[in-house]
Amino acid sequence: MPKDNSLQKVLVIGSGPIVIGQAAEFDYAGTQACEALKEEGIEVILVNSNPATIMTDTNMADKVYIEPLTAEFITQIIRKERPDGLLPTLGGQTGLNLAVELAEQGVLDREGVRLLGTDLRAITCAEDRDQFRNLMREIGEPVPSSAIVNTVTEALQFAEEIGYPVIVRPAYTLGGSGGGIADHKEALAEIVENGLRYSPINQCLIEQSIAGYKEVEYEVMRDADDNCIIVCNMENFDPVGVHTGDSIVFAPSQTLSDREYQMLRTASLKMIRALNIKGGCNVQFALDPDSFSYYVIEVNPRVSRSSALASKATGYPIARIAAKIAIGYTLDELKNPVTGQTYACFEPALDYVVSKIPRWPFDKFVAANRELGTQMKATGEVMAIGRTLEESLLKAVRSLEIGADHIEMAEATRYSYEDLIRRISTPDDERLFLLGEWFRRGYSVTEAHELSKIDRFFLDKLQLMVQIEQEIQQAENLDIDLLRRVKRMGFTDRKIGELHGKSEKEIRTLRQAYDLKPVYKIVDTCAAEFTAETPYYYSTYEQEDEATVSKKPSVVVLGSGPIRIGQGVEFDYATVHAIWAIREAGYEAIIINNNPETVSTDFNTSDRLYFEPLFKEDVLNIIEKEKPVGVIVQFGGQTALNLAHALRNEGIKILGTSLNEIDRAEDRKKFEQLLQEIGVAQPPGAAVTSIDEAVAVASELGFPSLVRPSYVIGGRAMEIVDSEQDLRSYMEAAVQVNPEHPVLIDRYLMGKEIEVDAICDGEVVLIPGIMEHIERAGVHSGDSIAVYPPQSLTKAHVDRLIEMTTQIACNLNTKGLINIQFVLHRNQLYVLEVNPRASRTVPFLSKVTGIPMAQVATNIMLGASLKELGFEGGLWPESSEIAVKVPVFSFAKLRRVDITLGPEMKSTGEVMGRDRDYARAVYKGLLAAGISLPRFGTVIATIGDKEKEEALPLLYRFHKLGYQIVSTSGTAEFIEEAGLPVNRVNKLSDGSPHILDRIRAGEVDLVVNTWTRGKTPARDGFRIRREAVENGIACLTSLDTVEALLTTLETIYLSAEPLEPAYTSQRPNFIQA
Amino acid sequence: MKAHLLLEDGTLFTGESFGSEGEAMGEVVFNTSMTGYQEVLTDPSYANQFITMTYPLIGNYGISRDDHEALMPYAKGLIVREHATNPSNWRNENTISHFLKEHQILGISGIDTRMLTRRIRQNGTMKGIIATGSPTIAELTERLAQPLLTNQVEMVSTKSIHIAPSFGKRVVLVDYGSKYNIQRELVERHCEVITVPYDTSATDILKFKPDGILLSNGPGNPKSVPVSIATIQALLGKVPIFGICLGHQLLALACGADTRKMKFGHRGGNHPVKELRTGRTVITSQNHGYTVDETSLIGTQLEVSHRALNDETVEGLVHQTLPAFSVQYHPESSPGPLDSSYLFDQFIDLMEAFNQKGVAVYAKG
Repeated sequence: MPKDNSLQKVLVIGSGPIVIGQAAEFDYAGTQACEALKEEGIEVILVNSNPATIMTDTNMADKVYIEPLTAEFITQIIRKERPDGLLPTLGGQTGLNLAVELAEQGVLDREGVRLLGTDLRAITCAEDRDQFRNLMREIGEPVPSSAIVNTVTEALQFAEEIGYPVIVRPAYTLGGSGGGIADHKEALAEIVENGLRYSPINQCLIEQSIAGYKEVEYEVMRDADDNCIIVCNMENFDPVGVHTGDSIVFAPSQTLSDREYQMLRTASLKMIRALNIKGGCNVQFALDPDSFSYYVIEVNPRVSRSSALASKATGYPIARIAAKIAIGYTLDELKNPVTGQTYACFEPALDYVVSKIPRWPFDKFVAANRELGTQMKATGEVMAIGRTLEESLLKAVRSLEIGADHIEMAEATRYSYEDLIRRISTPDDERLFLLGEWFRRGYSVTEAHELSKIDRFFLDKLQLMVQIEQEIQQAENLDIDLLRRVKRMGFTDRKIGELHGKSEKEIRTLRQAYDLKPVYKIVDTCAAEFTAETPYYYSTYEQEDEATVSKKPSVVVLGSGPIRIGQGVEFDYATVHAIWAIREAGYEAIIINNNPETVSTDFNTSDRLYFEPLFKEDVLNIIEKEKPVGVIVQFGGQTALNLAHALRNEGIKILGTSLNEIDRAEDRKKFEQLLQEIGVAQPPGAAVTSIDEAVAVASELGFPSLVRPSYVIGGRAMEIVDSEQDLRSYMEAAVQVNPEHPVLIDRYLMGKEIEVDAICDGEVVLIPGIMEHIERAGVHSGDSIAVYPPQSLTKAHVDRLIEMTTQIACNLNTKGLINIQFVLHRNQLYVLEVNPRASRTVPFLSKVTGIPMAQVATNIMLGASLKELGFEGGLWPESSEIAVKVPVFSFAKLRRVDITLGPEMKSTGEVMGRDRDYARAVYKGLLAAGISLPRFGTVIATIGDKEKEEALPLLYRFHKLGYQIVSTSGTAEFIEEAGLPVNRVNKLSDGSPHILDRIRAGEVDLVVNTWTRGKTPARDGFRIRREAVENGIACLTSLDTVEALLTTLETIYLSAEPLEPAYTSQRPNFIQA
Repeated sequence: MKAHLLLEDGTLFTGESFGSEGEAMGEVVFNTSMTGYQEVLTDPSYANQFITMTYPLIGNYGISRDDHEALMPYAKGLIVREHATNPSNWRNENTISHFLKEHQILGISGIDTRMLTRRIRQNGTMKGIIATGSPTIAELTERLAQPLLTNQVEMVSTKSIHIAPSFGKRVVLVDYGSKYNIQRELVERHCEVITVPYDTSATDILKFKPDGILLSNGPGNPKSVPVSIATIQALLGKVPIFGICLGHQLLALACGADTRKMKFGHRGGNHPVKELRTGRTVITSQNHGYTVDETSLIGTQLEVSHRALNDETVEGLVHQTLPAFSVQYHPESSPGPLDSSYLFDQFIDLMEAFNQKGVAVYAKG
């Protein structure tokens, strides 16, 4: 069936900010879908609150709305745009939930909008456990015994019947929020209570535990004519029990015989048909390792994280094809874009092994519980391709950028046998590495299998890798056969050298002497059966090289690897823009990256995609082959920058700002000198390498001080210390973190933080925009609400900012982007930090100013001047609109993590709010970030002594708005003294019912908590904050954020005020403050 | 031990032997199935061929007693990137290496199978020679000049008649190299299956008073078994006929159509085939190096019922006046998708209709 011509205009819903469970994969899917619709002549209307995405670029859709993803806003867009259809299946669970809401409110019917891609029944059926189980029963597909519960009592009752352990899955939540496995009564009560709260319909599924079964996934596609295909199947390394987003995954399945494969394939097709899905769908199975029996775990009636992975793993563009199906096409009339000659109605054949490893945030959140279960914790993932499983897995390991290039971990050597047993039995992020240690100590596969239930096939592979290590160690010399065998297993030159007592360089030289180089093979969907034109490559050690280097000059762009806190999708955004600019400038753009979720690794984006680790050896191999005119490292975040030195040392040209200048900006002493030369102030400070030195410096500067190691990602390990004791304990930890680089200590200057992004061609400096942070300096810039244009700066301040930025950029001989952070302290501007590279704010600022910053910067790196590109120096005219960038956190997913904002970045994503005035923009931003703004309600305020004075006027404003203020004794007394009504609640130590009970009971709308000193989880402040987060209640830890919220509430809602009495005798004294 | 693979075009691959030792010559083909190596290896249609598995890891789940498609494998050799030495699956009983050795089949691993596949794609199916040990290239080249045998059907077909008794429809299965799963599909539908050698005469077949005849799959060029063409001609119209793979090609030849060799054939479990009557496309399991030439259908009583989506070759035929139909692919799967097993139901329906009316034609609507 060809395209449905009654569809002229289609509304596409994006997935909103990046949170754990819903990440960049939806930018990739959304971008593909928009392109697929546009090329059909359909007018595409896009709505997404996330500015850091390619899909929200104005060239991706005919109209782009960056608005909060709420039914209200979407209804407004629907009324204004009158689309014929709504495509919700590419916006993750957010998109589906909104579609359900709009349909149930009658908006779709009333406005005549057709739901495309899937029908409402499929969405509710796949999400509502009861409906789902009924359907499975109808079509004869087995599901684990389970019960739907709405109360804790029901849950306990059911668990008594079927026995522990049981799995708890709340209905309608992202990434399994609030779920878990319980093996006894108390645990079950806790998880269910939590889960019910998370579920928007207060419903949980209690399920028989099938932990230990093999977990297998199928990606299925279907069209309106009922043609069905499987795109890919995948097998998890970790058995059932670990969320699939937190599992190491291989594609295709490795240990399934054809009978098992086809049995599950047939079941998958049956399900997509029963659900009447037109598009893509993901089915998860638990397969008994000892029989043909299996259970259906879950169906996702939409494009998902797994489908993004399947697309990259096979080359089959699921989102693109799903979009075409949604507008009426059938699979048998769509061409397979990879071969260009065969059809999309087929099942990809892989001739390689794909590995996916999740990237967890535990390096940032050391206090977090790193055990893995049904609630997803990873922020991103890496994928690698190899012709052996070992090669594929090791490539994935080194793509993670966790300092490992092998299945080993230094600390593990210190663990006892009992430690290993314990940690291999309970899945966590380090289990793969601990298994390496296990085999290195000579323990058996059988025992490891009994402990972990991981299939012996995988364990055997790990054991084999360890055996090869020993072979290298014992070999007298590395002959070509042994070296080839080892390289085919994916060992790095560095690891081989280490095992053989040689340097990495020596192994590399030896390899070259043997002419042992990797070849590049194409990912072509068809195992070479048909000619493919796709320039999508992976390296391996084989006979034939398929990558043809063109004669056209090329530029290599290093990507930013997996999404992690501090290095998010913003960097992929800039990377994609750089690629576009390179291609437009007449060069071939080559991208090296390993993140399966992103647009940069779509093979359509660049001229050649190398899906490879961003690891020195792998990158050098590609560069040696491609011989590009240069390499761009400015857009790949710290990942790319970390590689820059190694590349330069090999004589490879780095385009843009020179590395010497980058070093000058990162080196404390050199930078101080530079600032002195141009007369720019900086908070006093010094670089230290020992604890004694640190104490000496700090006592001279005075406390509080800001301490951080040099060379950091996202402010890792940065802290504000109040005392010598704090400093000492920090130094002990930090120096262990990074012994090679010194620790920087600065006087902490309280004040307004300002951020400037600029583009410089070496002579002229263009400042697209200045952003002012709502939260004062001390809160990481990535976690602050940024406002553009600044609202409280004087013209003199702005002029001085322009002057300083220009001077610094020119002085560093910047060629490309530069990001500078300032603090306005007692009316003087100080430079806090200079990053001579693309920053997190590039997409936000590009969108609000209309300057394609990364593209302009790329052109400069390729030799153009700003003038030639049509720009002049100075500050770009500010828009009349206000835009705010609001951070979004995933705290609910990470138990034991303190949510207090500080110098360490904690947010996973961002949203944008924009409108004609400040309050409206903030309102939209907060709303988009998931902070509801009720007109009235209850606010719990627990304020630290230091902030009490400052908090009082804010509390008064809450009172004026009609909020009830609830406080524990200390804060309450202070409030009462000031003449405000307050509702007292017990402290934790006073016993129940205490403050946590109030939060749990859902009687609170907002929590303001500034009890941050002392970071032990036992502290009450921590428990209050966690309780708020886990109950889905907004918790603000910065009074600046509170102020912004109040201003917004006061502006948005009309207030009721009595007439002023003729004579005012007693006014609270803080009014004048 | 080292092993070499030399192709007709002079390409030499060196790898490790993991099957039996020695030397053999055969036609080198590739199969893109990611699972099902055991079924592939024991499919008699691969007689005298070297099978290249494009998926690099072969043998992961071992060998199971239940997944054989014939009593023994007839392929000459297996070419893989890597064979599993420690297979893992609850039904595993043997390693693939040991299995090959037991059946004196050559195995060569460590080969850039993607490169080999690309060669075959570019140059077409080729002869090749695999030898373990260290023969010289000149020796191998000389031996490679010899022609390949063409009597594969004779080699793999049953030598005697055997019966799987039942009270359902009686089907004579003409064994050109039949896969077990054809019988399993029939037995599952309560058929009594009488398996007969490929050269059994029409008279002898009709003596069984069958309700239907199934012409099985089998190896090689259909024109190498002229005796069967005459037999099928004599059976046409007397009793419903269902042809699979080689059986499909023989039916076409019997009806006056022609077949031709394909450049590199279709082998794998991901081939889309369109059923013209419904417009539905199904994913099929395939293994054929020859195809019915569509232009040769003009003037015959045959009509195309199924067509390959990608290269538009004939994948199914139906006789316009007599109760006979056939498909080029494998509705019995094993390995491959189970989507086409409905064709066996169709065969049962056809036999039923024929019995009731005396004469019935496979109805197209």
